[in-house]
Amino acid sequence: MAVITYRDALNQALREEMRRDPDIFLMGEEVGAYQGAYKVSRGLLEEFGEWRVRDMPIAELGFTGLGVGAAMVGLRPIVEYMTWSFALLAIDGIVNSAAKMRYMSGSQFKMPITFRGPSGAANQLAATHSQALDSWYAHVPGLKVVAPATARDAKGLLKSAIRDDDPVVFLEGELLYGSKDDVPEDEDFTLPLGVSEIKRPGRDVTVVVHSRPLHSALAAADTLEREDGISVEVIDPRTLRPMDIDTVLDSVRKTNRCVIVEEGWPVCGIGAQIVDDIQREAFDYLDAPIARVTGADAPHPYAANLEQLHFPQADLIVKAIRQVCYRD
Amino acid sequence: MATKITQSDELLGLDRGALIEMLRWMVLGRRFEERAGEMYQVGEIGGFCHLYIGQEAVAVGALTPLRGDDYVITAYRDHVHGLVRGMDPGAIMAELFGRVDGSSKGKGGSMHLFDAATNFMGGHAIVGGHLPIAVGIGYAIRYRDTDQVCVCFLGDSVANIGAFNEALNMAALFRLPVIFIIENNQYGMGTAVHRAAAIENLADRACAYSGMQGWTIDGMEVLEVRRTVEMAVERARTHKLPSLIEAKTYRFVGHSMSDPNYGHYRTKEEVHQFKAHDDPIKGYIETLRAHGMIKESELSDIEAEVKKIVDDSVEFAKRSPVPQADDLYDDIYSGEYPDAKRRDPWR
Amino acid sequence: MASRIVMSKLSPTMEEGRVLKWVKQEGDPVESGDVVVEVETDKATMEVEAMGSGVLRKILVQEDATVPTGTTLGVVAAEDEDISAILEESRAVAPATVQATASVQGPATMEPSAPVVPSAAPSPAGDGGRLKASPLAKRMADERGIRLEALRGTGPGGRIIKRDIEAAASAGVPAAAATAPVIDYDIPYERVELSQLRKAIARNLIQSLGPIPHFFLTREIDMGEVLKLRGELNESLAESGAKIGVNDIIVKTAAQALSEHPDVNVSFAGDHIRRFTRVDVGIAVAVRDGLITPVLRDAASKGLRQISAESRELIARARNRKLAPEDYQGATFTISNLGMYGIDEFTAVINPPAATILAVGATQEKPVVVDGAVAIRPRMRVTLSCDHRAVDGAMGAEFLATFAEMLENPLRMVL
Repeated sequence: MAVITYRDALNQALREEMRRDPDIFLMGEEVGAYQGAYKVSRGLLEEFGEWRVRDMPIAELGFTGLGVGAAMVGLRPIVEYMTWSFALLAIDGIVNSAAKMRYMSGSQFKMPITFRGPSGAANQLAATHSQALDSWYAHVPGLKVVAPATARDAKGLLKSAIRDDDPVVFLEGELLYGSKDDVPEDEDFTLPLGVSEIKRPGRDVTVVVHSRPLHSALAAADTLEREDGISVEVIDPRTLRPMDIDTVLDSVRKTNRCVIVEEGWPVCGIGAQIVDDIQREAFDYLDAPIARVTGADAPHPYAANLEQLHFPQADLIVKAIRQVCYRD
Repeated sequence: MATKITQSDELLGLDRGALIEMLRWMVLGRRFEERAGEMYQVGEIGGFCHLYIGQEAVAVGALTPLRGDDYVITAYRDHVHGLVRGMDPGAIMAELFGRVDGSSKGKGGSMHLFDAATNFMGGHAIVGGHLPIAVGIGYAIRYRDTDQVCVCFLGDSVANIGAFNEALNMAALFRLPVIFIIENNQYGMGTAVHRAAAIENLADRACAYSGMQGWTIDGMEVLEVRRTVEMAVERARTHKLPSLIEAKTYRFVGHSMSDPNYGHYRTKEEVHQFKAHDDPIKGYIETLRAHGMIKESELSDIEAEVKKIVDDSVEFAKRSPVPQADDLYDDIYSGEYPDAKRRDPWR
Repeated sequence: MASRIVMSKLSPTMEEGRVLKWVKQEGDPVESGDVVVEVETDKATMEVEAMGSGVLRKILVQEDATVPTGTTLGVVAAEDEDISAILEESRAVAPATVQATASVQGPATMEPSAPVVPSAAPSPAGDGGRLKASPLAKRMADERGIRLEALRGTGPGGRIIKRDIEAAASAGVPAAAATAPVIDYDIPYERVELSQLRKAIARNLIQSLGPIPHFFLTREIDMGEVLKLRGELNESLAESGAKIGVNDIIVKTAAQALSEHPDVNVSFAGDHIRRFTRVDVGIAVAVRDGLITPVLRDAASKGLRQISAESRELIARARNRKLAPEDYQGATFTISNLGMYGIDEFTAVINPPAATILAVGATQEKPVVVDGAVAIRPRMRVTLSCDHRAVDGAMGAEFLATFAEMLENPLRMVL
């Protein structure tokens, strides 16, 4: 184990996997000579050469399709977007081509491709660069969607995503790259896709949260334990599709109440789906309506104070938890 | 600058067998499509069904010079490309019928034919969407350092979409063995090419990409198509250079089954003119006759053989069962997909 | 100052009441504290007193009608006071469920069968009469046999939530009434409306044999010594006019035996068992249209004379429908005696929250073997019904053995 950053954990995952399997290659904007817009791919060009670490023109649709074609003939491409907001230009390649190739060909072609890059807000990048479009991708059958919140999860899950034979949308937290965590150095360390983790056990209320807001939820849990004596169970699904909803359901059956937190917008969000799963399979265990804390239902503002208001901050999570616990 | 090739008057040094084989493919393509149209009209085939009638010289001229390990990818007017590439006609017809023995188990349909066995990388139905995929296949060829090539067919309308530039730029930038063949059948659906593209010969766009050769050719001449593609294949195989070929052709039928053969956007006279004077099959037969390469009896033999193949394909498709309800959730992921049934308790 | 006469909630389980008799009529002068109307609750007949003085200006609910608790029954006000606002308001909230309880002749064939449900009453938890409870609370209430309608929700907007059920479970709120669908046979019948008491019995007992797994232990007891003792006691008490009954001795003996077997003096409470530290014996009393079980509190610590006096008083009040809720709720053990009807033996249905009930049959002369010879002895058969969730066979049997031994050797009770 070593305490390293989320950025370096991703770098380790890429490097270890590329060393393991020569069919894996990385491409995207600034992944090579620039060493990665967020330095995730630092040193990889030097080690693996330009055919395996390929700087791409700013042509998201083009290089996304390039990855799809390469995957169809057996390579295992990793497509990096400078941000997921730019991947909007490539959504035809992800949704129409990658997600459906197996189905439309009757399983003649598999699609071992990983689409990755930073998602969500950074600092004052405003509306076009700050979006958490998790639910867009989680909506699509054929895709898998992963959103790690810690360096350890980032490494273990990226390795699994790369090894997976299905297309994986891998959403990194733009503001998480510098966060640190204990990360196994073992090359064989992986974390399975589709498995939730209880990040903090508790008795009174279940909080389901992924990506960066996990850390806000954990802070909120500390506050509530201290000030209200409320014991909060925090669950990070980590994989948004297919989601390990059973861990969430087991928890809700125990706590009888649930708050779902996400950075994205509320309408048709990830939390909306979790609410559906809970009401369908654990209806009789609910003692309060499920609460959701999301990003504000507004484009992301530039002004620093407004931006902070946009986030699902810990104080909002505290309020929501108190409400579902009938403590407000 | 794109190079314009004029009327081919040579037989490319092909022997009689190879020449007749090309005719045989063209006739099969024509008769298969005619039967598909008929099956559509009687309701066996649904959805969008785009027929290739009139354009046979392009697919046949381009695909016959390829090796079995080369890759072929095309858009949604894909039946004949699949046939000539070597797909089983029964599997294609069954796919059009939506049956389990179809090439994609009935899940793809007319616009999404695939055949891994013949490196037929698909019919793709989003205009422009498959050009980057062709580039990725070319990238994989270079990545593995083999001498395969990838032939990518596209319609004339694709020349105006962003993906066209992105794909051709990358193909040239990375020196990929990809041959782009524009089948310019004069209309993007109902929009005449000159009403959509600010250029006369689409292949002239090749000049925007270093190392890319462009040709605008007569797509009704199967030998001309073949000769041009052979040159492009050589550039790709040996020099890892991409090419852009514009084959000017014409579809004798409507854009899809819901579009009549002629109508508001093109006249009956225009269609009849092409059918009477520029039918690629009739033209090729004349060429073969002129060179004494075919006997009349061989023509009827081909028709008889092709008829049997097409008849058999329809019989095969009719006998094939429709997919089971459980198949709905198959072929989505590599592993199990339990969530689907969980959220769908009634279906 | 106008004041309302209201169908008050007179017990925790009461959700509706029936107007029995208007003591005052419209126009009668009324002083604060005067009895204005008599109402029948689920267990008793109560007199409703005026809260203000004036004239009974308006009777809003006629005799024999059943209305939800909280309904305004009438208005007392000064003779010339404007009461239109009160009348208006009362009309606005007047429940649509007011129904006469008169007996109705039913036709030989009826419309399609409808489930028998107690007439709906707005719950304190509801707005506009709709009951609001969390899904969990509904499930818990169902499992524990608690009637949601009887609860006041503490969640937002009066929503009944988990903590309300837990509180109710400790307080022993009774369960929902039978709602099984009624099958219509083509048989002529007469429709008899349920009295409040009959409804309460149905509600209370449906949660017994249904959710409570019963088992039964029967034992025959020689009553010779008890009869002898009773004769002696009554002789000695003759001057005071007091009189001890056999039933009093049974009550006292049961209480004594229970205090020696506290594991039988219990209640099953879902996730725990309550072992009561006091023996409160319920005595089943047949009344005009049902039965009621007044409770003799702390029976184990009371002497026979006191037990006799108290039970006599309780039974009298029960027959006159004058029991207050605290008089008949929450027995830890119940005795039901049908001996006076010549019943040899029977099984009784447990009366929650208790986990046991003793069914007592008639004492009869029988030939039995005593010391190797046949003798004629007064014998009584008793059957103990046990809630198997809380009480096991051996526990019940040991209690019965002690009970029998005490009756057969009454002096042991003194020890």
